[in-house]
Amino acid sequence: MTDQRTIRVLIAKPGLDGHDRGAKVIARALRDAGMEVIYTGLRQTPEMVAEAALQEDVDVVGLSILSGAHLALVPRIRQLMDENDLRDVPLLVGGIIPDEDVPALRAAGVSGVFGPGTSTEAIIEHIRQVVMNRGGREG
Amino acid sequence: MELVEPVLAGDRRALARLLTAVEGGAADLPQALAALYPHTGRAWVIGITGAPGTGKSSLVNALAKAFRERGRTIGIIAVDPTSPFSGGAILGDRIRMRDLAGDRGVFIRSMATRGSLGGLSRATRDAIRVLDAAGFEIIFVETVGSGQSEVDIVRTAQTTVVVEAPGLGDDVQAIKAGILEIADVLVVNKADRPGADHTVRALRAMLELGHPVSRGPLTAHHGRLMQAAPADDNDSQERLWLPPVIETVATESQGIDTLLQALEAHRQHLLQDGVQPSRERERIEIELLDRLQASLLARLLSRVPADVFATVIEQVQSRALDPQSAVATLLEAYDQVIKIHSERAAS
Repeated sequence: MTDQRTIRVLIAKPGLDGHDRGAKVIARALRDAGMEVIYTGLRQTPEMVAEAALQEDVDVVGLSILSGAHLALVPRIRQLMDENDLRDVPLLVGGIIPDEDVPALRAAGVSGVFGPGTSTEAIIEHIRQVVMNRGGREG
Repeated sequence: MELVEPVLAGDRRALARLLTAVEGGAADLPQALAALYPHTGRAWVIGITGAPGTGKSSLVNALAKAFRERGRTIGIIAVDPTSPFSGGAILGDRIRMRDLAGDRGVFIRSMATRGSLGGLSRATRDAIRVLDAAGFEIIFVETVGSGQSEVDIVRTAQTTVVVEAPGLGDDVQAIKAGILEIADVLVVNKADRPGADHTVRALRAMLELGHPVSRGPLTAHHGRLMQAAPADDNDSQERLWLPPVIETVATESQGIDTLLQALEAHRQHLLQDGVQPSRERERIEIELLDRLQASLLARLLSRVPADVFATVIEQVQSRALDPQSAVATLLEAYDQVIKIHSERAAS
């Protein structure tokens, strides 16, 4: 059998907003693109996100944040992931992110920021790209 | 593989990566698993199965929490189905396991079935061994939401828990063969819902009708149905285990202590009544048969030329050949290839 490695993605909703329709739409689109999506549900702490990323050995972590707390949550999650030896795992953010906050998120180590209206194709393409750039990692 | 030593030393990142290798089938995986094998066989593997929506994940969450309070370390493998169309999957079992976050004595891994049918994935057995070797004392294996015949779990776990919920089926469902028969412990979860009493009664009645109490050997060729005997029958050589029916409300941790005691009782039954060695022998036999089947098939497919296979498919499609004869033709083609090989080797 040819075994093309299946891309594993963690989709997490950190913070306190209780609206996960966007996260579910993305999860489903990624599933339909042949990826395995670990969906964690609402109200995750940064610690929970970093721990799930470690245990599930995902290729990418996607955060959905609508609460406006992204500047607090995202750098903290990146830091915890780095401490968990997940420096090489890309982090994406989707949700309601003002344009002026994007440079700060990028500086904090986010590979992509996706606002409302982004096509799911663009996100799928971005994930395939960052996973490919990471290279065929060893088992 | 450089992951083996760190896994044995308790490195969680290495453990996660080795589990990925187990799922993906890395080239040097057989050596890694061989190196780990002497360190396995210590964990207690508990399978949790049942229909979708009965609360398997919540139950694993509650049980894991209760066992943690008693100081046991926990590995969890949660299996969800792969989409037959895209090959992708949404693995959502962690949603119900949030109470376990932040505890280094727990390791949760979600797996997709990746085309396997029996309720587990092909890699589940090896993933259990990896967690076992890493030192986790209890390993929960949560199957995909199962109907009636996804019974692979009983060939994998030492203790099998079948989870039911009120209102899912009538009395006839309860006496059908299949998933209920494999239960060592039956749980009626969501027991605060209307109809729970009825479900419990139906399950108890099913057990009284004649559960094969001392579960016959798992393999079909020496399987035989045994008559249920009273549990206090002192004449039988092997003490019988009568599956208890336990009511729980997993999300409220109700009934969890009782369930935990039932699980421990089953564990004692396995260990003290001499059941464990023969069960393990059966599981090993089945595993070897499974693996042989896969290896022999792979070997045949690699030796029989693809055009021969394609021709046979066409013949079956045009009704020139029936499927049974087609298989015989392919086996003959394989024997021919082997014969030519061995003659070449001899000359």
